[in-house]
This record gives sequence, C-alpha cells and structure tokens, in this order.
Amino acid sequence: MLYADTVTSGPLVHKSGTIIVLMVVVATLLFTLFNLTGTIFGELMRPVIGEPAESGLYGRFATGLVVAILFVLNIVLIGFLKFQFQVIIVWLQLLVLFLAFFYGFDLDFNFIRSKVWFMVSQGVFTTLYVSAISIALASVLAIVGAVAKLSSNGFAYAIASFYTSFFRGLPLLMQVYLIYLGLPQLGYVINAVPAGILALTLCYGAYMTEIFRAGIQSIPKGQWEASRSLGFKFGLTMRRIILPQSLPLIIPPTGNQFIAMLKDSSLVSVIGVWELMFLARTLGNKTFQHMEMLITAALIYWALSMCLELAQGRIERHFRTKSH
Amino acid sequence: MSENSPIIEMRGVNKWYGNYHALRDINFTVNRGDKIVICGPSGSGKSTMIRTLNWLEAHQEGEIIVDGVHLHEKMKDIDKVRMEVGMVFQHFNLFPHLSVLQNLMAAPMWVRGIAKAEARETAMKYLERVRIPEQADKYPGQLSGGQQQRVAIARSLCMNPKVMLFDEPTSALDPEMVSEVLDTMVSLAQDGMTMVCVTHEMGFAKAVADRVIFMDAGEIIEENEPVQFFENPQNERTRNFLGQILQH
Repeated sequence: MLYADTVTSGPLVHKSGTIIVLMVVVATLLFTLFNLTGTIFGELMRPVIGEPAESGLYGRFATGLVVAILFVLNIVLIGFLKFQFQVIIVWLQLLVLFLAFFYGFDLDFNFIRSKVWFMVSQGVFTTLYVSAISIALASVLAIVGAVAKLSSNGFAYAIASFYTSFFRGLPLLMQVYLIYLGLPQLGYVINAVPAGILALTLCYGAYMTEIFRAGIQSIPKGQWEASRSLGFKFGLTMRRIILPQSLPLIIPPTGNQFIAMLKDSSLVSVIGVWELMFLARTLGNKTFQHMEMLITAALIYWALSMCLELAQGRIERHFRTKSH
Repeated sequence: MSENSPIIEMRGVNKWYGNYHALRDINFTVNRGDKIVICGPSGSGKSTMIRTLNWLEAHQEGEIIVDGVHLHEKMKDIDKVRMEVGMVFQHFNLFPHLSVLQNLMAAPMWVRGIAKAEARETAMKYLERVRIPEQADKYPGQLSGGQQQRVAIARSLCMNPKVMLFDEPTSALDPEMVSEVLDTMVSLAQDGMTMVCVTHEMGFAKAVADRVIFMDAGEIIEENEPVQFFENPQNERTRNFLGQILQH
C-alpha cells in the first residue's frame, strides 16, 4: 500500500461534486454513444417511455439518465463498504460486465463444451510444461549471467552483456523462428517443443539476468565482508548468504516474468507446438468457430495467470514474515 | 612458527586509493596476547589499516605477515588466514536471514566442517559468554544494537580465532549500549585474547591496552604504553587529538 496519511477527507465518491460530474459524464456518454432502448433497460422503462422502439430521442435520453443514476447510486453505495468488500464487489461487477460482453458474441456453448476438455488436457498441460521448464532453466542461466555481469573478468562480462543485449534486443517471435529454422541449417534438426523451450529460456534468461543482478547488488557490502572474514569462499557466500537474502527482492519480478512467459509461450504455437494458443487457432478452424475457441483460451490463460498471481503473493508474504 | 613469534607483523606497508596515499610506511608488530588500541581522527587510515590485517583491503607495498603467512594478491588460501582472524565490524554485519544461533554455527559448520551438534554446543557456550543465551532463536533484527554487537563478537569467537580485530565496535551504538559491549571486550582481554581494536573509548584503552597507537593522515604518529600515552603524549598532533576527545 502507499503511505496512508492520518488525515483523510472521506471517500471521494461521497462528495457531491464527484457525484454530479460522474452522473453528467455517464449520462452524456450513454445518451450519445449507446442506444439503450433496444436492451433490457428499455423494456424496464416501458411504463415511462411507452413502446421502446418508438420512443425516439426522449426514450433514449430517459433510459440513459436512469441507467446513469443506477450506476452512480451503485458507486456511492459501494463507497460505504470496507476496503475488502469494495474490492470483492467491484471485481464481481467488472467480471459480470466482461462476461456479458463475451455473451453478446452469441457463442456456441455446446461447441465450447465439446472442445474445452481437450484444450485443458492437451493445451494447458503443454503450456504449463513448456513454461515451467523454461523458467527453471532461465533462472539457472540468470544466476550465471548475473554473476558474470558483476564479475571483474572481462571475458565473463563481455559474454554476459552481449547475451543480454542480443536476446533482449530481438523480438521473441523472431528468436523462435531463428532457433527452429536456423539450427537445422547448421545440421542440428530440433523438434518444436525443445526449440520453443530453448527460445523462451534464452530470452527470459536475459531479462532475469538483470533481475538477479539487481537482487545480488542490493545486498550490503558488509555481508560479503563478514562472510569473507569468517573464511567463507565466494561460492559459499553466494549460496548461503547473498542469494537467500536477495530472494525476497528477486521473487516478485521473477513471478512477474513467469506470468509473462506463460502467455509468451503462445508464440511457440507458430512452430506447431500443441499448446493452448495453437489449439485455440486450429480447433475452431474447421467450422469457422474462431471466437469460441479464442475466448475459451483467453479465459484459461487468465485463470492460469490468476493462480500464479496468488502463488506469488503467498511466496512474497512467506519471505516478508521470515526476515524481520 | 613458534609460539613466541609475533601473530601480526607489518613492515613498511603502503597503500593508495588511486592517488590518495591511505597508509604511509606502517611498521607495526602484535605479539601473541597483546591488546592494542588504535585511535586517530576520522580519515586517518586506522580502519584501512585494521582491514588490511585480514586483507579485506589490499596493500600495495611492504609486507604483512599474519600467523606466519605473507599476505599478497597471488596467495592461494587467504581463507585459511581469515579463519584464524576474527573481525568485528562497526555495523555488526550479522546475517539477517539466519537466527542468532545459526549466525554462530554457520562458519564452524560450513568452513571448518564441524558437526552440527558440536557447533551448536560451541555456539551456546559463547552466547552465554556474551550473556545473551536467551536470544539464541531470535533473528538479528529483533535485537538491540548492543546485543547484535555481542552476537557478532560471539560469532567470531566460535571460530576459535588466534587474534580478534575490532573496527570501531561501539561507534554505531546508542550511548547506553556501549558499556555492555565494552564489558564483553574487557572480559575477553582478561582471558588473554590477542586483540587489535580501533576505538575512541579511551577508558577501555586505559583499562586493557598494552599499547596505544595514534594515527593521523595514514601514518603511525605515536605508539606508547597507555599511561605514557595519555599522561605524556610526545607529539603535538597526539596532544591536540587527546585534548579534543578527552574534553567531554
């Protein structure tokens, strides 16, 4: 949380100025941009505006105004709640709006139901497996890279900085192609899955090198001096003293990277790995039901990311309570 | 090396940071059992000097011999020397992610390869020695400054060092905590530990030091027994310095 001042002026949404401005803005937007008379709101307004379809500008204005009032009332009421309840209710309302948006596409739910299990068992499994292996390998690469970047050895620094510069500087999609199509030119035929893992590992290893470097650098020099003066060698100091203390700093951005990788793993679909994105594009092809599969895959990606966010939060809390 | 040979010898030691001449021709010997106090104004090179003794800082000219080993940049095993030389820092530098007991057991177990049970026994012995055995399972962040510094002293003692270096051990402490750390150091001195202390605690120097060294601008200006040093300082700069710190 940000620094909380001891003096507060009450919820913003309870100020009359805010309420009026919100009301005017929302009502104007609804009136000008959306014709709500054709929706459920228009039906509900029938006693006031008569036949919705024939109510014209008046009906449009009245419906917009009523919806704006409901909207502002909703916000004012939420303003009375405690923080946690505000969060939950706003989340649920946004979610309902979102689902309503998807629902508006007139999707074929039977088709989704018939395919979703295959998407989860094949697609989610492959996505998770590719991402998990890649993030694990990338972490190893990142530790080596970070030590090399902090080293006084010119070769180590040059190689590490060349590596990070190159793999951060190229689009991941291009790296995937270069590895999958380029390595066979050199005589190494590589399967799609290992090629995908290699590309993700190299790319994320480069980003994570910087995360690990910053984490290692943030540990005060005194920790090194104390360790070395007790007779610890470099490796022991790193393993037992420096890295354990950097972990609370390394883990939040690494979790972030993992979430990003989960979604970037969709790029390896271009080389034919049967992960979530690949299935989303191909399963709906035959019957032109692209939207169904894409939306399903989108929701699955989102659900996976949320699980990871929760896991990341737990790990962060664990480290925060451990070191005082 | 015999038991009579000096534990530390510096011969003609010079050190530069870039163009800055930090240590100028330092000659200095510590015999086993000696208690040496080094004082001087800030920037006089006293911390630099004590940190060259376990080579946390490198010197460029002259010889430093610790426990019979010449310290130089090509040496294979600086760790062997450091194991025998305990060091206590101004800012304690305890390992914040380890409990007090783990701080004390770390080096004996990981460096000397001592079994866990034995390391724990030694650790508890020294925690009792510095009179905070009840804090064994706490983390450094939960202790007061004075307690942390006593843990740091105990951590060094667990390695059973031949000499202890103290780099301004009380400078970062609140005034009411200085005495508990000094008491620990005095009792250590009384047990015959060889000690080199950079400190401005002149009461401590009078009570335990065999010799007091005054440094200024990277040079040893004066070296004498405490009584002579305080009552009859030879050098003008020493007199000025003592005048300033003893006024309070």
